[in-house]
Amino acid sequence: MMTNLLLFPIIIPFFFAMILMLFPKKIYAQRVGALLALGSTLIASVTLLYKVKTDGIQAITLGSWPAPFGISMVSDMLSILLVLSSTVIAIFVVWYSFSSIGKARESFFYYPGILFMLTGVNGAFTTGDIFNMFVFFEVLLMSSYLLIVLGGEKVQLRESIKYILVNVISSALFVITVAYLYSVVGTLNMADISVKIAQINQPGIITVIAVLFLLVFGLKGAIFPLFFWLPSSYAAPPIPVLALFGALLTKVGVYAIMRTYTLFFTLDQSFTHELLMILSILTIVAGCIGALAYFDVKKIIIYNIIIAVGVILFGASQMNEASLMGSVFYLIHDILIKGALFLLIGVIIAITGTSDLRKMGGLIRSYPMLGWTYLIAAFGLAGIPPLSGFVGKLLIVQGGFEAENLWGSIFILASSLVVLLSVMRIFIYAFWGEPVEITLLTKKHYRGLFTPALVLVGISVLYGVGSEWLVPYMNDAANVMINPSQYIQAVLGGS
Amino acid sequence: MKTNDVILQTTTKLIFFIIILFSIHIFFAGHYAPGGGFVGGLLTASGIVLLLLAYDIKTVSTALPINYTVMTAIGLLVALATAAGSIIFNVPFFTHAFDYFDLPLLGKQSLHTAMLFDTGVYLVVVGVTMTIIQSIGADD
Repeated sequence: MMTNLLLFPIIIPFFFAMILMLFPKKIYAQRVGALLALGSTLIASVTLLYKVKTDGIQAITLGSWPAPFGISMVSDMLSILLVLSSTVIAIFVVWYSFSSIGKARESFFYYPGILFMLTGVNGAFTTGDIFNMFVFFEVLLMSSYLLIVLGGEKVQLRESIKYILVNVISSALFVITVAYLYSVVGTLNMADISVKIAQINQPGIITVIAVLFLLVFGLKGAIFPLFFWLPSSYAAPPIPVLALFGALLTKVGVYAIMRTYTLFFTLDQSFTHELLMILSILTIVAGCIGALAYFDVKKIIIYNIIIAVGVILFGASQMNEASLMGSVFYLIHDILIKGALFLLIGVIIAITGTSDLRKMGGLIRSYPMLGWTYLIAAFGLAGIPPLSGFVGKLLIVQGGFEAENLWGSIFILASSLVVLLSVMRIFIYAFWGEPVEITLLTKKHYRGLFTPALVLVGISVLYGVGSEWLVPYMNDAANVMINPSQYIQAVLGGS
Repeated sequence: MKTNDVILQTTTKLIFFIIILFSIHIFFAGHYAPGGGFVGGLLTASGIVLLLLAYDIKTVSTALPINYTVMTAIGLLVALATAAGSIIFNVPFFTHAFDYFDLPLLGKQSLHTAMLFDTGVYLVVVGVTMTIIQSIGADD
């Protein structure tokens, strides 16, 4: 049983998605099946987390082939933490979907779509083979195509064309880049690539490939100037899908950048990591401008995704222990808090019937609990201690100062204020002011929408308050990135 | 518009079975030679498409009452179940096994778990291709 444990978070949602495909019209069974799938995935992930913590990095090469030739799957602390948080988000999104997504979508492969997407996301986090990563990217993209277009509203159809076009192009570039890399180093196994690049001492061509990888993953992870497609595409699908995309999809791109830039391209940091740093700061600036420019609640939070991507990648570009640990802290914080915020604004939109801030007001009188929960989530996003964003940002800034990148760190600090301002605007406009006329939701409907959001905010608060206990885990995750030799040893064995 | 397609329909009746037989041949040939579940599935699907061209969706769906979405799901399940056999034997996922058997009529043949996996691939390919073609074709 245990040899294959690290594959369970990938296989379980995949298996249940197939089963659910057999009876799409039985909505109740679909819901139960989806929860069952996610529950068992969660159990598998927690078990795996425990195993990685006690026994170190888990690796397996599929089909019993020897390591650099077969496809390796590797679960280190970074990947299992991301797998665990993705699964958690998927659970809350599915729970929220019960009372918001509507029967038409539920009976048309909505839950199998989510499960297939989770298969792809968990697979991309776990794989130790660069071409296999492309395959898992495709799995999650295919399912995201289904989710973004499902329902067939006019805006969805328009945006899905853009979304599919951008992703098809970036996937094509991905394959081309992998082919370049293969033609230089002659291997696809990520641990082996790392060894081979170190052997040839990273000549110029590898640096070019590094920049190409940044381009590919940057398109998916929405860094400056490649984020142009994201705001309007993400605003098109309904809220649960938006929450899933916003919390997870860009993070897969960010993870891929972190992995390749700590495992492969480590010998010419004055160029590659400098470039990454400059782009991440520009990403933050662009995100800040967007977050302040709109009156549409969806757009405000979506631009906050872009800011977060910049912050995480700034941490990754500093390449010291504090900044990398901060990046991991912030990455997981952002998955949780973005999920929570999207669900909360979903509740606000459901109550007011609009996503335009100027048409909202006075919600605090009819829904005080919603208002205060939103405020806590907003403070958490901005990183007010002791909430969840604080520790990550603190460590990233500390790492930035240690690496003597004064200006970059100041940008990160300043961006926190902009983030706070942008989310407080939602609070001020929607909850304060003159109450506007709203149609009160039925108690059952409101509870169905609000409870998942509330619990998720609760988890993110615990994540912030309990960060002391998480330090050993984060330390392990950052350690693998600083000393890739453990990763290589776990995959290739010995030597 | 009414077209005269006697020739097409008559040849299709004959050709269809040849295509299906050939696709089965290709499927089994894939074990040691070019071929396999993917090409075999495509050939079968193209045979059914030929039927669709010669007749119409209604006739074909009465003749072959198959829900292709379900077929895709079953194919995926077969493939996954084959690969998941390795979980029970506690060896890495996708590990395959084979042995030689003396079969009646066929003589000494190797039986391979990879063939079960390929059966899954075959079903998925036929299912997906037909789902795509039917949903585009039914759009009148």
